[in-house]
Amino acid sequence: MLNPSSVLEFKSTTFFTPILVLNSNDMAAIELSLQEKINLAPDFFRHSPLVIDVRELNKAELDFSITEIVEMLRRIGLFPIGLRGGTEQQNSQAQKLSIPIDAGRDHDNGGVAQQSSGAGGATAADTKTSSTEIADATPADSKTAAATASTADLSVQSVVPTTFAKSMLVTQPVRSGQRIYAHGDLVVMSQVSAGAEIMAEGNIHVYNTLRGRALAGVQGNTSARIFCLDLQAELVSIAGDYKTSEHIIKEMQKKPVQIYLQDHALIINEIA
Amino acid sequence: MARIIVVTSGKGGVGKTTTSAAIAMGLAKRGHKTAVIDFDVGLRNLDLIMGCERRVVYDFINVINGEASLNQALIRDKNCSQLYILPASQTRDKDALTLEGVGRVLDELSKDFKYIVCDSPAGIEKGANLALYYADDAFVVTNPEVSSVRDSDRMLGILASKSRRAERNEEPIREYLLLTRYDPNRVKSGEMLGLEDVQDILSLQLLGIIPESKSVLSASNAGIPVILDEKSEAGQAYEDVVARYLGEDRPHRFIDDKRGFFRKLFGGRL
Repeated sequence: MLNPSSVLEFKSTTFFTPILVLNSNDMAAIELSLQEKINLAPDFFRHSPLVIDVRELNKAELDFSITEIVEMLRRIGLFPIGLRGGTEQQNSQAQKLSIPIDAGRDHDNGGVAQQSSGAGGATAADTKTSSTEIADATPADSKTAAATASTADLSVQSVVPTTFAKSMLVTQPVRSGQRIYAHGDLVVMSQVSAGAEIMAEGNIHVYNTLRGRALAGVQGNTSARIFCLDLQAELVSIAGDYKTSEHIIKEMQKKPVQIYLQDHALIINEIA
Repeated sequence: MARIIVVTSGKGGVGKTTTSAAIAMGLAKRGHKTAVIDFDVGLRNLDLIMGCERRVVYDFINVINGEASLNQALIRDKNCSQLYILPASQTRDKDALTLEGVGRVLDELSKDFKYIVCDSPAGIEKGANLALYYADDAFVVTNPEVSSVRDSDRMLGILASKSRRAERNEEPIREYLLLTRYDPNRVKSGEMLGLEDVQDILSLQLLGIIPESKSVLSASNAGIPVILDEKSEAGQAYEDVVARYLGEDRPHRFIDDKRGFFRKLFGGRL
């Protein structure tokens, strides 16, 4: 028998997801435009979760159906996972479709809207005629970057769904037996000794020798990275995937490296 | 106000008591009124190294508990009138030490003494924590081998987080490295960590290297702090340590093998 308490556990996490900002209620035009963008970066958009932002539509008092939009998105292979800026009626429509409501982030939306008009600057005309606007928060993805470069009307912005934690700076040596936990990024200027443990929900930077354990993305952020000037770590981990010093290849030992996660595998690269 | 020095290491048997006795004697010989306290309650050793075991009547715990006054418990050293020893109790354990009690004793000593040397027990438990809590300076005694270096590193972490200075957010404890039982020949053959290896890990200000020396054992057995054996390398090395601690600039010795050492010694002296 399993211990009842071990059957499940709740964890909290922060993740990035594209937000689909709709500026038009012309379903056919939206679908066409979306399809074009998907063709540009099929891998990135395949089964991608999306948050639908209808604030602009409601501002312009355009008539549209949430059900129709959701069906269209699912048809072309996207997974809508949230609705932003909907009216009460639209929200209840979304809930019937099992789409959660993202409420209480009006100031965030305002910021995004301002940014997008600013980013649109030179291509204001394009932005207006374009029926969709994709805001995404994975600029690290090279495919998206390529897609952005080739389309003028696709503006890319960082949207952080929750308030971001401050980064933590440590200037003293982290000695054996000490533990440090940062809710955001962790920056260590001194050495981290063997037997010490540094943990961060975000990235870890060690501008010195890393001999202890370093665990980045401890709340599940798989895009977190570890950077250090001299890798001699006992253990490195990102979002739960780890390598012990035994499994860190010799060529990377005592080198300046970055460590990141790719398909659940820790990749260690020398920083030239 | 006295300057409180803790001699600590984490690991046992690295030379904390030998070092405490030597530097306390070194400071006292230079005319600074110095007290040395044995925090190793239950495993009293300092009195043996100082050669005053036959004169112990009251101890540190008696003073903490108010069963004796400081003056009754302090033993004046037979070689140096500026040096006093406060022995540990052999019949009690570390639980007899209290934060307030230790603080009271140190406060009282501070009125009269220039330096107070706290000989820490091994480990990172109560005795060691209380020995370092009130410290201004820490002599971290390390042997050139991996487990001692790691334990010292652990101790440095505790010094930086659990001391009174850390808790009050005052200027941190000044930490110094003392590399003891150093054998240049074994370093050369790769059997022992070298100074550079140790410094690479601990990155501390080096106060001195004490070479492995037979004179340390014979001095301990005779109950005379090794610093008084001026002919021995260990004695000279401790003399250097005290001088450097007091701000004198002395080049490090005993890092290289014997021939190098003699050349340096005579080159420097003659």
